[in-house]
Amino acid sequence: MSSETNQILTTDGIPLEVSLKKAERRNKIKAFLLVAPLLLFLIITYVFPIGDMLMRSVDDKMVTEMLPKTFKAMEKWDGKELPEEEVFAAFHEDFIKLVKEKREGKLSTQLNYTKNGFKSIIKKLRRKSKSFEEGNYKEQIMAVHKRWADVEYWKAIKRRAPAITGQKYLKGMDMYKNESGEIVSVEEDRRIHRILWLRTLEIAFFVTLFCFLMAYPIAHLLATLPMKYSNLLMICVLLPFWTSLLVRTASWMILLQQQGVVNDFFVWIGLVADNARPEMMYNKTGTYVAMTQILLPFMVLPLYSVMKTISPSLMRAGKSLGGTPIVAFWKVYFPLTIPGIGAGCLLCFILAIGYYITPALVGGASGTLISNQIAFHMKSTLDWSFASAMGLMLLAGVLAIYWVYNKLVGIDNIKLG
Amino acid sequence: MNKEFVKFDKVDKSYDGKILVVKDLQLDIEEGEFVTMLGPSGSGKTTCLMMLAGFETPTHGEIYLDGRAISSIPPHKRGIGMVFQNYALFPHMTVYENLAFPLRVRKIPKDEADKKIDKALSMVSLQGFADRMPGQLSGGQQQRVAVARSLVFDPQLVLMDEPLGALDKNLRESMQYEIKHIHESIGVTVVYVTHDQSEALTMSNRIAVFNDGKVQQLSSPDELYEKPVNSFVAEFIGENNTFAGEVSDISGGKCKVKVANTEILANPISVKGKGEKTKISLRPERALINPSDKMDNIHSGKIEEVIYHGDHTRVRINLLGNDQFILKVPNSSANMDIKLGKDIKIGWNSDDARALDPK
Repeated sequence: MSSETNQILTTDGIPLEVSLKKAERRNKIKAFLLVAPLLLFLIITYVFPIGDMLMRSVDDKMVTEMLPKTFKAMEKWDGKELPEEEVFAAFHEDFIKLVKEKREGKLSTQLNYTKNGFKSIIKKLRRKSKSFEEGNYKEQIMAVHKRWADVEYWKAIKRRAPAITGQKYLKGMDMYKNESGEIVSVEEDRRIHRILWLRTLEIAFFVTLFCFLMAYPIAHLLATLPMKYSNLLMICVLLPFWTSLLVRTASWMILLQQQGVVNDFFVWIGLVADNARPEMMYNKTGTYVAMTQILLPFMVLPLYSVMKTISPSLMRAGKSLGGTPIVAFWKVYFPLTIPGIGAGCLLCFILAIGYYITPALVGGASGTLISNQIAFHMKSTLDWSFASAMGLMLLAGVLAIYWVYNKLVGIDNIKLG
Repeated sequence: MNKEFVKFDKVDKSYDGKILVVKDLQLDIEEGEFVTMLGPSGSGKTTCLMMLAGFETPTHGEIYLDGRAISSIPPHKRGIGMVFQNYALFPHMTVYENLAFPLRVRKIPKDEADKKIDKALSMVSLQGFADRMPGQLSGGQQQRVAVARSLVFDPQLVLMDEPLGALDKNLRESMQYEIKHIHESIGVTVVYVTHDQSEALTMSNRIAVFNDGKVQQLSSPDELYEKPVNSFVAEFIGENNTFAGEVSDISGGKCKVKVANTEILANPISVKGKGEKTKISLRPERALINPSDKMDNIHSGKIEEVIYHGDHTRVRINLLGNDQFILKVPNSSANMDIKLGKDIKIGWNSDDARALDPK
C-alpha cells in the first residue's frame, strides 16, 4: 500500500522521480553549456598561467638534467668527506657530454648561483679535460684546481640535485639555505625584498585609509543628494575612472614635479620659498597622492551602493528617539555601512598591493613597490622563476587578507552593489 | 488637561519659496487626545508632522509643545516618540537593542531600562521576541516593535506617520484597534497621519482633514461624516451624492436649490443668499426608496445599475440629471423588486441635504 503511494508514475508509466531528474539534468546541462565559454576562458587565462607560474617558481630541473649520472652516484655519498671516485667518474662522464653539446657554460652559471667560484674552475676543467686519461678521475679533476678538492663545492653541487626547490621563495624573503642546510637571513645591508614587502603593505594600508576617509563623505553625499546633483557628482567620480590610467598618472607628474603646477602655486601664495620647493614626486608622497586618486572610485562605488539602501528614516528615527546627530550616526548609520566599507577597503587594498604603473612612474626609488621588483625580474634579469615566486607570494598574501577578512567580518557581509 | 498641549500658531511652510505646502495653519491638540491628520497625498499633513518632530522648520509661525516654543529645539531634544512609515527599525540591532536605544541615550540604568522594555514589549504582546532581529519578524510584528520603541521612553507625545500603510487589510484593521487600545490605556497624546479615511474614523478622537495646505475641518469622526462643512470634506470622507445647482430661495433655515428644472429643499450650510451657486451633498444611506410622505424631498429616477454586496445592494440611479446617484438598500425581502431599468421613487429629509460651496 505504502509503496504504491510513494511511487507516483507519469502518464508514460515512468516513475515521476526519474522523469523529474531527467528533465532537470537537461536544464543543468544547458546551464553548464552557457557558462562553459567563461569557464574555459578562465581556465586558459587564469588557472593555467597560475599553475605554470607555480611550476616555474619551484622548478630546478636544469642542473638535475645536466648531471643525471653524477646525482645518481651522489645518492650514496654522505656529504661529509670528499666523494668517492665513482662520483668523480660520473661527473666526468656528464661533463664531457655537456662539453660536446656546448652546454657547460650554462652549468657554470647555474652552479655559480649556488656558490661563487664555479665559473672559473669549470672553464679550467673544460680545457684540462681534453687531455684526461681514462681512470682515476678523482685525482685528475682535483689536480685541475684546488677548489675541486674542496668538499664545500661538491656539497654545493649536491644541493642542486632535487628537481624542485623553494629557494626562490626564500630569496623573496631575503633568506637562503646555507651550506649546512639551515635557513638564514642575508646580511642586513642586502635585505631589499623585506623592505619592499613592508613598504608595499604600508602604502597599500595608507592608500586604503586615505581612500576611505575621502570616499565616505562623497558616497554619503551621492546617496543623499537629489538626483540631478548626485548624477553630476557621480560623473565627477567616474570621469577619472574612464580616463586612461597612464594619462592620469602622467597628469599627476605634471602637477607634482618640482617645477609643477602645485609647487608653482605654493610658491605663488608664499607657502614655500622658490628655492626650497618640496619634492612631491619620485618618493612616497607621489605614490600616495596618485594611487589614492586612482583607487578612489573603487572605494566610492561600494560605499555608495550600500548607503543608497539605507533609509533616511533610520537616521531620523535615531534622532527622534533622543540620539544626538553624532550618536545617531555612530550607532545607526555607520554600522549599516560596514558591508560597503569592507568591500571598498578589501578592493582598494588588494588593488593597491599589486599596483605597478603608478609607483613605477611617480614613485622613484623610495616609492616603488614589490610589483615593480617583479617586473624588474621579468624584464631585466630574466629570472622568471624568481618573478613567479614573488608573484605567487603576493597572491598568497591577498588570499590571506581575504581569509582574515572572512574570519573577522564575514565574506557574505560584503556588498559591491 | 491642557487644551493647547500642541499648538500650531499661524504656521507656513514652503520648500522652494514659491509654493506654500502649509498655509497659515492653526491647530490645537488637547493633552491625551488622538488626533489624525487626514488628507490626500501632497496636502501638507506629513509636512506638519515633520515640523512637529523637528525634521522640518516652519517658514513662518511657531509650534508650541506644552507651552514651549519648539522651532529652535533639535529633534533629539524634543522627547517626542515617532513611528515611521516603514517602521525604521535598526536592522543591525535586536528587538531588545532597538528598544534600549532611546533609554541608553538617556542614560537610564540598565535594570530600570530592562523593566521599561519588558513593559513596552508586553504592551504590544511581543514578550519573548527580545532577541530576534527585525528581519526575522513579520510586518505586523515589526510594526508592533516600532510602536513599542516609540513609547518605551514614556514620551508625552507620539507621532505616527502612516504606520499601517505597508500592512495587508486584515492586519491593518487589527493593528488599528491595538493602537487605539494602547492609546486609551496609557493616555499618551497621539498625532497620527494617514490617507486612509476608515483608519482615521476608527481610531481618532478628532480628525483634521487637510487639503491644499489647509485644515478643511477639525472635528470628531461622527461630526465629520454627518456634518461636513465644505464640499471637499463631504466628498473626501465616505460616499457622497451631489447635485450642483443655484439657490432660488432661502428662508427659515431651509433653502430651495434649482437643479435640472426642479427644486430641491436643502439645509443651507455655506450659502447666504439667492442666486448663489451651490453643491448639495447627500449621504447614500440618507436617501430611501419607497419614502414616507413626511419627507420633504421626493423624486423619481431610473435604475441604471444594481450591484449585490451581500448585506446590502448598491443601486445606481439616474436622478435629476445625476446618473451617479448611489443608494444603499438593505437586503430584506421587502426590497426584492429592484430591477434594472425600473423607475423608482426616492426621498430624503431636507436636513440631510447640505448645501455647500460649489467647488
